Amino acid sequence: MTIEVKNLVKKFGAFAALDGVDLKIGNGELLALLGPSGSGKTTLLRIIAGLDWPDLGEVSFDGENALVRGAGERQVGFVFQHYALFRHMTVFENVAFGLRVQPRSIRKDDASIRARVKELLDLVQLDWLAGRYPSQLSGGQRQRIALARALAIAPRILLLDEPFGALDAKVRKELRQWLRSLHQEINVTSIFVTHDQEEALEVANRVVVMDKGRIEQIGTPGDVYDNPATAFVHGFIGESIVLPVNVSDGRVRLGDKALKIAAEGASSGASKLFVRRHDMQVGPAGSGSLDGSVRQVRSFGPIQRAVVALCGGEIIEIDAPRDRELQAGEIVGLEPRRYRIFAA
Amino acid sequence: MTMELQQSLEYAAPEARSHVRPFAAPDDVRSEPKFVRIGIIALATAFLSVFVVLPLVVVFAQALSKGVSAYFAALSDPEALSAIRLTLLVAAISVSLNLVFGVIAAWAIAKFEFSGKTALVTLIDLPFSVSPVISGLVFVLLFGAQGYWGPWLQSHNIHVLFALPGIALATSFVTFPFVARALIPLMQEQGTQEEEAAISLGASGLQTFFRVTLPNIKWGVLYGVLLCNARAMGEFGAVSVVSGHVRGETNTMPLLVEILYNEYQFVSSFAIASLLAMLALITLIAKTMLERHIDEEELPHDD
Repeated sequence: MTIEVKNLVKKFGAFAALDGVDLKIGNGELLALLGPSGSGKTTLLRIIAGLDWPDLGEVSFDGENALVRGAGERQVGFVFQHYALFRHMTVFENVAFGLRVQPRSIRKDDASIRARVKELLDLVQLDWLAGRYPSQLSGGQRQRIALARALAIAPRILLLDEPFGALDAKVRKELRQWLRSLHQEINVTSIFVTHDQEEALEVANRVVVMDKGRIEQIGTPGDVYDNPATAFVHGFIGESIVLPVNVSDGRVRLGDKALKIAAEGASSGASKLFVRRHDMQVGPAGSGSLDGSVRQVRSFGPIQRAVVALCGGEIIEIDAPRDRELQAGEIVGLEPRRYRIFAA
Repeated sequence: MTMELQQSLEYAAPEARSHVRPFAAPDDVRSEPKFVRIGIIALATAFLSVFVVLPLVVVFAQALSKGVSAYFAALSDPEALSAIRLTLLVAAISVSLNLVFGVIAAWAIAKFEFSGKTALVTLIDLPFSVSPVISGLVFVLLFGAQGYWGPWLQSHNIHVLFALPGIALATSFVTFPFVARALIPLMQEQGTQEEEAAISLGASGLQTFFRVTLPNIKWGVLYGVLLCNARAMGEFGAVSVVSGHVRGETNTMPLLVEILYNEYQFVSSFAIASLLAMLALITLIAKTMLERHIDEEELPHDD
């Protein structure tokens, strides 16, 4: 099932939740909508599901206008952020719900419904919880039941709103892996919303980065991480050092100090230099474009994180390998290995 | 006196019930000195005894003052039976009406966004803020012989005032807020996610309402019905204005209590009053039990 979204606009009062969004999603993709809160990602998901209607724009499934259909007719499985399990029904009845409310003409008999629910509970590995009520389940179990319930109607699209948002860190990691393998198994076009960049990069085949109701970049996880299209994407994905610089005649200046790096086509004027923490090469004093004094060092795992004060007064954090232990008070030379310059 | 009892049952919205913390342990710093605690408890007990328990005891004592047979004779008097029948009928009508309207109003207010919502919520509370006598007078103005629709009704030989329709209307008006107000906070807290889930799973609007919304609020509905019923049976002011006090025809129990009392028929008067008092006690017990279930419905859905 392919999904196409064209020029979607949705306003809540004066606030534009979606401000002209275009997006094409291929069959069987596992797509992440990534952005800070208020970026419009959940609104986009709800419009695709039919739980909200856009003010302008088109949504089509396999080239067919989806906006003429109500949520119940779109065959979309929706997993809510807080799961929205029916609290007065057992796990079994929750999963069976979508099958039981089908029109009489296509509704399956009770035995087939039971068999199908059993199959789904097996798929999410929770068949032993069939008789429990949602309030008796842990967060991770509720999450998987919500997914089984959404899958019961054999959805053509699976939509997940912050699927791991309400879970603790460990369960979250397990479920990420599980969701990815589940997607491989059932291969339904799936979109999930998240504000957690690590989650998006780890789970999705393709990531859509959104901000203020607009799409900033669409690409593979590697793409958006290595080649951020905008300053926002660079700042949002991965931890970045941001330095105010000035570009003129193809040279980059920080304060009155000219850096050795090339402007790489950045237009002249006040700009921002973005460098990933681990892309700042650390050497002896005077070895790089910048000098700075180490204020503080913390070592954990394979890296040491140092707080460095540059001579211009800017304070940055860098991640260096532990081949040479840094000392507080030491003067070091810094050189951006990989960087991007965006107009300020 | 029974009227006072009925009034003491006056509606308390579930959200107004404070979430009482367990009493502080004796060595807790927040705990008061022992004599203060005993003093306060004694004061509260004395107050309750004088203003609640004593009147209740007096009602039953007076009703049974001439013996059990006189008590039952008073209750089986045709006038008393007619009043009991009318009260039950009026309560049944107004509770059913308010059940339907209350659930619909609460559903609309809690689950949908529309302009004028605040005005609607205020309007629902109106019967609580208006004196019942005024509520009764409104119906006299509308349906009375000199009222807006009086001449038309008269020419079509339809009796509203001083008859069952008028009493039922006035009672329904006065008791309208109970069901709606019991449900609005409950439904608002539950949100719309379960309904959205049901819709996206292919359920129709009606299926969603009967399979998801209604089961989630069933205890709240019962709670509203219970309070609505107690007030409907005990309503005096509004009914007094529209009933016309036709003996054996348009007297409800509270009206009959007053009439008999004024005629110095104390045993008969208090016998009927004792029925209303028992209704009050049963309502109180049922209310306490229901509140426990409503707390379950209010339990947050996730941790």
